[in-house]
Amino acid sequence: MMPELGKYAVSVMSAYGVTVVLLVGIVAQSLWRAARVRRALEAQEQRTGAHNG
Amino acid sequence: MSIWEYANPKKFMQTSAWALPWFTGLAAITLVTGLVWGFFFTPEAANFGTTVKIIYIHVPSAMMAINIWVMMLVTSLIWLIRRHHVSALAAKAAAPVGLVMTLIALFTGAIWGQPMWGTWWEWDPRLTSFLILGLFYLGYIALWQAIDNPDTAADLTGVLCLVGSVFALLSRYAVNFWNQGLHQGASLSVDKQENVSDVYWYPLLFCIAGFILLFIVLVLVRTRTEVRSRRLKALEARERLA
Repeated sequence: MMPELGKYAVSVMSAYGVTVVLLVGIVAQSLWRAARVRRALEAQEQRTGAHNG
Repeated sequence: MSIWEYANPKKFMQTSAWALPWFTGLAAITLVTGLVWGFFFTPEAANFGTTVKIIYIHVPSAMMAINIWVMMLVTSLIWLIRRHHVSALAAKAAAPVGLVMTLIALFTGAIWGQPMWGTWWEWDPRLTSFLILGLFYLGYIALWQAIDNPDTAADLTGVLCLVGSVFALLSRYAVNFWNQGLHQGASLSVDKQENVSDVYWYPLLFCIAGFILLFIVLVLVRTRTEVRSRRLKALEARERLA
């Protein structure tokens, strides 16, 4: 299944590796911050009795 | 119905909540299809060997790095002219994604350049303007972090965005302007004769669509977070005053 990459295997795999790490990183950071801010807003709205429509 | 309705945070939150699952599904399907097709099912190229497979991440990320800045320019102009908060927050939300795309383009370009050109880096017009674009992304993010007042931050980052647009354009057209350096011309063009061969072109189109959709998903998630964060700060300020 794995394609034969020959003498460029390290270059191709490292390019894909860097890309996956950076993309997973930005997706994870976006979701983590989204969850953190949503929880904080819900707690604040409960405290103050405000609602976010 | 006017497009400006979406500048209303409540309307934006409702619409984006509906749209997000669809865009997420489409992004996953197109990105996985393009990358699997390109990586596993395309032949090696006569001139690039198997490094041609890097095109499926390098070209879409480079396109996105430039186009995300253009999106930030448009939303910043909407903020500066019409003072719609959601557009300023969308520009803020897009910047880290743009920085990541720029880093991917720079890293994969260096990794591709080493076996093809014999060097990781060259002070070539396109590479240099791309590095400067990356520094503009860093400066833009830092400026948002450095200013407490969100409206002032949006104003100043909007101006920075206008200035940085020169480098976004240079990144795209540097090869044409100077006609020198190592970097080749565009791999994609409206003119079919200038495009890469069909066997690479079709999976590349899927990858480009996947990167665009991934960006839309990320910018919606991050803008929703910025809208919530803004409301959180407003409620905290109201509580402090009470």
